[in-house]
Amino acid sequence: MLAQFGLGVFVLTFLLALFSVGAAVAGYFSKSDRWVETARLGMLLSFPLLSVGVAILTYLLVTGHYELQYVYSVTSNDMPVYLKITALWGGQAGSLVLWSWLMAAFASAVTLRKWERDREMLPWVIAVTSVTLAFFLALSIFYENPFARWWQTTGGDIIARMFAPAGAFPITPSDGQGLNPLLRHPGMIIHPPMLYLGFVAFVIPFAFAIGALVTGRSDDRWIRLTRRWTLVAWVFLSLGLVLGMRWAYDVLGWGGYWAWDPVEIAALMPWLTGTAFLHSVMIQEKRGMFKQWNMLLIILTYALVIFGTFLTRSGVLSSVHAFSESAIGPMFFVFIGITFVTSVALLIYRWKDLRAEVEMHSLFSREALFLLNNLLFMGVLIVCFWGVIFPLISELVTGQKVTVGPPFYVRANGPLFGALLALMGIAPLSAWGRSTYKTLGHALWKPLIPTVIVPIVLAILGVRNWVALVGFTLVAFVIFVTLYEFWRAFRKSNLAVTKRAQWIVLTLFILATIGSATWVILDPANWVTPFVCMILTYFMIAIWILARRNPRRYGGYLIHLSMVVMAIGILGMQVYQTTTQETLAVGQNMELAGYTLRYDSLAQFTYTDGRYVTRAVMSVFRGGQYLGDLYPRFDNYPDGQPVTIAGVRSTLSDDLYVVLVNWENVSEAQAPFKVYHNPLVNWLWIGSLMFIFGFLVAAWPVREKENREGTNEN
Amino acid sequence: MKTKIVVFLTGTILVITAALLLTRNVSAQQPTPSDDQVNAIASQLFCPVCENTPLDVCPTTACHQWRELIRQMLAEGKSPEAIKQYFVDYYGARVLSEPPASGINWLVYVVPPVAFIAGAALLFLAFRTWKRMEKEPASEGTAISSAKGDSTAQTTGAGIPLDDQYIARIEEELKKRK
Amino acid sequence: MTQETNTAPAPKRGVPVWAQILVWIGLLGLLGLLAAGLFKAKNPILAVRSSVPNFTLPLFSGYEYNSTSEVKLTDLKGKVVVVNFWASWCQPCRTEAADLESAWLSYADKGQVVFLGVDYVDTEPEARSYMSDFNISYPNGPDMGTRISQIFNRNLGVPETYVVDQLGVLRFIQIGPFQSVAEIQSTIDPLLSGR
Repeated sequence: MLAQFGLGVFVLTFLLALFSVGAAVAGYFSKSDRWVETARLGMLLSFPLLSVGVAILTYLLVTGHYELQYVYSVTSNDMPVYLKITALWGGQAGSLVLWSWLMAAFASAVTLRKWERDREMLPWVIAVTSVTLAFFLALSIFYENPFARWWQTTGGDIIARMFAPAGAFPITPSDGQGLNPLLRHPGMIIHPPMLYLGFVAFVIPFAFAIGALVTGRSDDRWIRLTRRWTLVAWVFLSLGLVLGMRWAYDVLGWGGYWAWDPVEIAALMPWLTGTAFLHSVMIQEKRGMFKQWNMLLIILTYALVIFGTFLTRSGVLSSVHAFSESAIGPMFFVFIGITFVTSVALLIYRWKDLRAEVEMHSLFSREALFLLNNLLFMGVLIVCFWGVIFPLISELVTGQKVTVGPPFYVRANGPLFGALLALMGIAPLSAWGRSTYKTLGHALWKPLIPTVIVPIVLAILGVRNWVALVGFTLVAFVIFVTLYEFWRAFRKSNLAVTKRAQWIVLTLFILATIGSATWVILDPANWVTPFVCMILTYFMIAIWILARRNPRRYGGYLIHLSMVVMAIGILGMQVYQTTTQETLAVGQNMELAGYTLRYDSLAQFTYTDGRYVTRAVMSVFRGGQYLGDLYPRFDNYPDGQPVTIAGVRSTLSDDLYVVLVNWENVSEAQAPFKVYHNPLVNWLWIGSLMFIFGFLVAAWPVREKENREGTNEN
Repeated sequence: MKTKIVVFLTGTILVITAALLLTRNVSAQQPTPSDDQVNAIASQLFCPVCENTPLDVCPTTACHQWRELIRQMLAEGKSPEAIKQYFVDYYGARVLSEPPASGINWLVYVVPPVAFIAGAALLFLAFRTWKRMEKEPASEGTAISSAKGDSTAQTTGAGIPLDDQYIARIEEELKKRK
Repeated sequence: MTQETNTAPAPKRGVPVWAQILVWIGLLGLLGLLAAGLFKAKNPILAVRSSVPNFTLPLFSGYEYNSTSEVKLTDLKGKVVVVNFWASWCQPCRTEAADLESAWLSYADKGQVVFLGVDYVDTEPEARSYMSDFNISYPNGPDMGTRISQIFNRNLGVPETYVVDQLGVLRFIQIGPFQSVAEIQSTIDPLLSGR
């Protein structure tokens, strides 16, 4: 009964969305404000209405209504309540509901802004967001219905339908299958909502872009209006990706965080165009250029968001975590086809209106470097897209299945990302407009001096791998440039920072450096922690003063900085990860990267929630010194699926990651272990925390800055 | 005569002993390859039946058999290339982590660099066009600044001819206020 | 705010025709590709009543057919061919293995039916011990490069059985194990008696 009511709410929201589209378009063409206002109210209502439906579904999940197919497939009696709530997005049908719900939330939020200055764009923003919402609701209503229930037919088959098939009677299982154990991890709980927030938020700038195209506006108002949306969307998408990486690292048990799996790439691709877009719109705001290109970028981002969702659900590609094929593939295909063709047609139609009057003058100007940034991101996009689509082409043409795996992506994308790293260092020092290699060189030489020392120092310390040498040098370059920029801004700062305050800050900088150097000298083996503290102290000082002056710029620098910190982790793993596998008897040792691990004991027992746990205890030594114990284990859940939990020892310089290999024979006497040494991996997670901080600095509204932003040097 | 016989017999014994020793060395089995040696090869292969799972971390029974097969082939002295080729022959090209560079698969490796170069070339050409257009200031001068139109109020634009110098002056003013 | 009041004579070209054509071809090509991929994903299995393309099955030594070490499907025209996919690591395959052998023996002497066992992505030692476990006597061979399985089912799982009639047309598909000898015979007998 409640389920039918829930479906009714969904259908009502669906009809409301369709109505909004119609009313908005009718209102635009008949120039009737009343119709547009009706459409706006309709869109505003969609979120509260759909929330009722989502609340009903959540209630049904929490109270264990296993007669519903979806509830049966993702919950069970032994699951705690919070897990039952998060099971809302634990399966195909539910995750589509989440998509719709978030889309409704954003659509409603957009209606709440002041529309007086942009009344002509409003109908199209409503239309685009409502069409997207209607599409996803249609998927839920007609194909992947979360409210469908189990019936037993006269033939004895058990099927799931919304309404009773002829002669069938309803059945109610007493327990559910339970959530896939791999999904019962904190990272997995936040990862889908975060990712979907990113996806859905990108629909808003797209809607405004379409509005601008249809109404024939060639100015950048739509960009200014959606600037925060774009940043928010981008941040959520980035965090969603990072959370996915963390989950893979913690739970999938192969000591890595990114496998260049088609589904991972499907989520990466909109991030690539989104990042290019984020940068490119700055040029349009500053110089009025790249209008056509920005339109294309946001259209591509929207298309990739839908395409990415399609790839993971249609069975077109195989993947480690693809959802099973279902009938929604064709629906997605049609929707992508229609929206992409319409957007491109619109863009072609308006192409000449978007021409810029101010042109680029110099290859060394900031505009040119941003263009290079976009070229590099598009390069990575093409590599990823081609790699994902090629197995499909190969199979269609030759009938032979091929795999495009990590070596392809790493080899192709490595240099591109390296170039982007270099750009992160060069671009902040470049100037708008006319610029020569001399002016750029003049700006660059100061941070370049410490930079060229870095590879020398690394080489002296024994680093020979050229990827590491180049990579870490570029990382250092960006760090030096950013510090330099902060320092320069601080020097130029005319925000009530007195000479005395300047001297205090300088003293603090010097003290931090001396203190850290002393710490390192006293304990060279643990040089990393003092180094980190030094850097972080620099920031806290600099940011405190500077961020208020120009939040977008310095927030942007911080985000760049967080990216290179993450790059430290990526480089460490890519170049220096080592692994070993051995079967040990009790008391035996195995060694990796200077660590010695001793197998102490094995315990097997049943835990309270029914899973059968096999857990080993290992002692870790380095240089004869005892460092602690690790507990690699694997759990066999009642439904049979095993989950491997690694025993991990994390420090700033590396992770020691031990897995009990559950696919070989495991017994007390003979336990097979796989050990990974993951150097610098925690910088990946540290960088992502810095990333959040950078975003907050960039996006935090500062009092009188709104009308200064257009003129500030950015 | 006796010396010759002794020498001949000794020589024969020596030759036979040497031959036995040498052939025994050649056919002697290597020690059982370690898990690491097996994984070094298995990590370059993908599981033939699972989806996108490398062979060294695949948990299924079948993968376990394949890893033991690799171990056996290593013990027989087969090279990594030979082992990989065996897997390709038996299980198809999908076991490799990259498509083998033959036939249509060349496209995988060729398209991205070509596209990148094409993009760079396009940009370069566009840049040259801009530089050429820059040398013809007359046709640009009277362009309405639709790019800058909305930094001021929305209502300007209809019918007021803004020329280049006026815009440049406004920009100067704005810069001064920064 | 449209730009109709623009008095600028600055050259504003639309997208050149050749570029438009390129864009549309690219777009439609991509959509076509996706459509084809979708179609394949929905229809991975060879359709019943379609002609089965020829394939060559190399045989394990000791399992020859007519003293040849490989079997071509075209050589078997005029006989009903039962193509059974199995693997030693496949548990459900074991439940039907004995039934398949019994069914084979019931047709063996009449020479009108051929059973072919195709060993799907397996290793030879394990395959041999599987076959000796069930005393399999009909011809068996490895599916080299998974070429044969790709003909019948893009997403082949084991066990699967395909029954091909005397004209090389696929007549029956069994996904999963047979439950009994009678079930196997019920797929073959209608073909022997002329549809």
